[in-house]
Amino acid sequence: MLNGTTTEIAERKALRINPAKTCQPIGAMYAALGIHGCMPHSHGSQGCCSYHRSHLTRHFKEPVMATTSSFTEGASVFGGLANLTQALRNIFTIYDPEIVAVHTTCLSEVIGDDIPTIIRKAREEGCIPDGKLVIHANTPSFVGSHVYGFANMTTAMVNYLSEKTGTVLNQVNVIPGFVEPADMREIKRIAAAMGVEIVMFPDTSNVLDGPLTGQYKMYPEGGATVAQIKSAGDSIATVALGHFASHVAAATLESKCKVPAAFLELPIGVSATDRFVDAIRGYAGVEVPAAIELERGRLVDLMSDLHQYFHGKRVAVSGDPDQVIALTQFLLELEMKPVMCITGSPGNAFEKRMHELLDSVVPAAKIKQNADLFELHQWMKNEPVDLLITNTYGKHIARAENVPFVRFGFPILDRAGHRYYPTIGYAGATRLIDQMLNALLDHRDRTCSEEWFELVQ
Amino acid sequence: MRKVAIYGKGGIGKSTTTQNTVAGLVEMGKRVMVVGCDPKADSTRLLLGGLAQRSVLDTLREEGEDVELADIRAKGFCSSLCVESGGPEPGVGCAGRGIITSINMLEQLGAYDESEQLDYVFYDVLGDVVCGGFAMPIREGKAEEIYIVVSGEMMAMYAANNICKGIQKYAQTGAVRLGGLICNSRKTDNEKELIQALAARLGTHMIHFVPRHNDVQRAEIQRKTVIEWNAACEQADEYRTLARSIEGNKKFVIPKPLSIQELENLLMEFGILGT
Repeated sequence: MLNGTTTEIAERKALRINPAKTCQPIGAMYAALGIHGCMPHSHGSQGCCSYHRSHLTRHFKEPVMATTSSFTEGASVFGGLANLTQALRNIFTIYDPEIVAVHTTCLSEVIGDDIPTIIRKAREEGCIPDGKLVIHANTPSFVGSHVYGFANMTTAMVNYLSEKTGTVLNQVNVIPGFVEPADMREIKRIAAAMGVEIVMFPDTSNVLDGPLTGQYKMYPEGGATVAQIKSAGDSIATVALGHFASHVAAATLESKCKVPAAFLELPIGVSATDRFVDAIRGYAGVEVPAAIELERGRLVDLMSDLHQYFHGKRVAVSGDPDQVIALTQFLLELEMKPVMCITGSPGNAFEKRMHELLDSVVPAAKIKQNADLFELHQWMKNEPVDLLITNTYGKHIARAENVPFVRFGFPILDRAGHRYYPTIGYAGATRLIDQMLNALLDHRDRTCSEEWFELVQ
Repeated sequence: MRKVAIYGKGGIGKSTTTQNTVAGLVEMGKRVMVVGCDPKADSTRLLLGGLAQRSVLDTLREEGEDVELADIRAKGFCSSLCVESGGPEPGVGCAGRGIITSINMLEQLGAYDESEQLDYVFYDVLGDVVCGGFAMPIREGKAEEIYIVVSGEMMAMYAANNICKGIQKYAQTGAVRLGGLICNSRKTDNEKELIQALAARLGTHMIHFVPRHNDVQRAEIQRKTVIEWNAACEQADEYRTLARSIEGNKKFVIPKPLSIQELENLLMEFGILGT
């Protein structure tokens, strides 16, 4: 399958083979689904919208609603004003959302459609009913990655919706980053256990992991409401998780509504979750309850019990930058060796942070932004690893190299657990340990000689 | 069929020169189609006696993709065939894409087919080749000979030199060649000599020097080419000469663009001579 991958690494400038990222609008569409009663709208040709919807559906196994401006040749030449205006009229008439979140595509970006002006004109012409909202984010796919699209749409929520009234509300904002609905649910669970009121946006729990009730709802129960996002301007503080997906929105809220922000990393593993819990605790002025401390204690116990299986294991990781930065720290907590860490997203902050983390403990680690899976595979051929952690696109490499494999990040197209179990928080770390251990031991049981085939591990 | 594109700086007189030259060619009995590639859709006004033509893109927008040749092509002076690409209003959409769309549509509709028995197709292109769309007429062998309208003014020469860079680029992979410079006089010092020298440096020739004459303006006010307005006037003969020169032209080259410094030196040389 990937038998053609060579060990000899040639310098490549323009060519990407098996890229480790996807389009900005996918992130924008996912973020928009985290607003309650929101219709994501793709301003471009139909194919973009279809692909983004189907890609999200393949990952979440749920229907993903979104509308499109359906550009034709004519719209490409004359601009998309007429198409977007008609689309807004149709969407509010037929699908009646609370809010429409417009993102652009490469085509509408290249011809330079002026979305705020189109939205303003549509409102003047009465295409947007009173009390309904339209927001937008620019998401050219030839810049950044899906993570940037997520960040841009989250920032648009702040720009369009958040307001400061002057009354400080007893609540903390959480911007969760490009994580699973299960992760967002976990953030809410931790906050509730601590007795802290949070406003989380976007929030896709109960949107893309809803129950099967026999009744289809175009706008499921979940999602941050417009009122909540509006009130984020009056919160005590914002806790933003992930430099790439969340920090811009938090900084925007800080400058727009003077809400102080804690710029954290994703709470994957012990110390990152500690920092998250501590930030919430500090801002809300509460004590960490015994239940959370117990969870942490159980995780640390598990790590200690299983240390022998993880210690010194060489790991290759590919994923979105915020995820790789956070996961690397957890791997180090387990005393594993993250020897190869790549992200498909561009951004110098990734390499800078990764060097901070790894230079002293794994000096030979290979770190690369804007990289691809082909290169990771080449590195692995030259210096084999004990474990590969990537999204589903890594499975071909795992098969070719016969290396234990854990699926992590976006997208996971061929397994189901990510839809139910978080990877963040103390509980998430427990699950990651379980997955990694199973992968390592299953592989050993399959491949070891008989005298090493142990009943008890 | 000879496929000709006319390029040059904005406002230099491309549309006027093209139509007056085409008038000369059709008067000689040639069968010519003019394709206006300017979003303003004013490339065929003189041949048609007004802005009477519905543009390809307007038609596409209004009728959908079910367009017929007769909807977008009109007959002008002496049975010349006139097409306007048209395009979006200033500041919106993508005019470059419009040109690509409309040329593709003309091809699909068979406007260039043998059965049309065209002797010439002329593309009249917007001033600057700002993006791939405006280079469409010189891509993929659509136009094979380019004439650049220029005057003795620095910016016109600068634009002409830039256009040569475009031609040079596409000439490496296609059949496009530079046929010559047409000097549309602005009565600057030593203009004729200057443009002849520029042409020589570029490796081409000045195919004709069109003197400045108010008859061109008078004919334009009447929405006519000079030949139609007053077939006997001197300026009409100038355009006939230009038409004959193009008909007889054999010199097609890949231009050698100048560096900015060379261009400025050239201007200095001839400017100083003039004082």
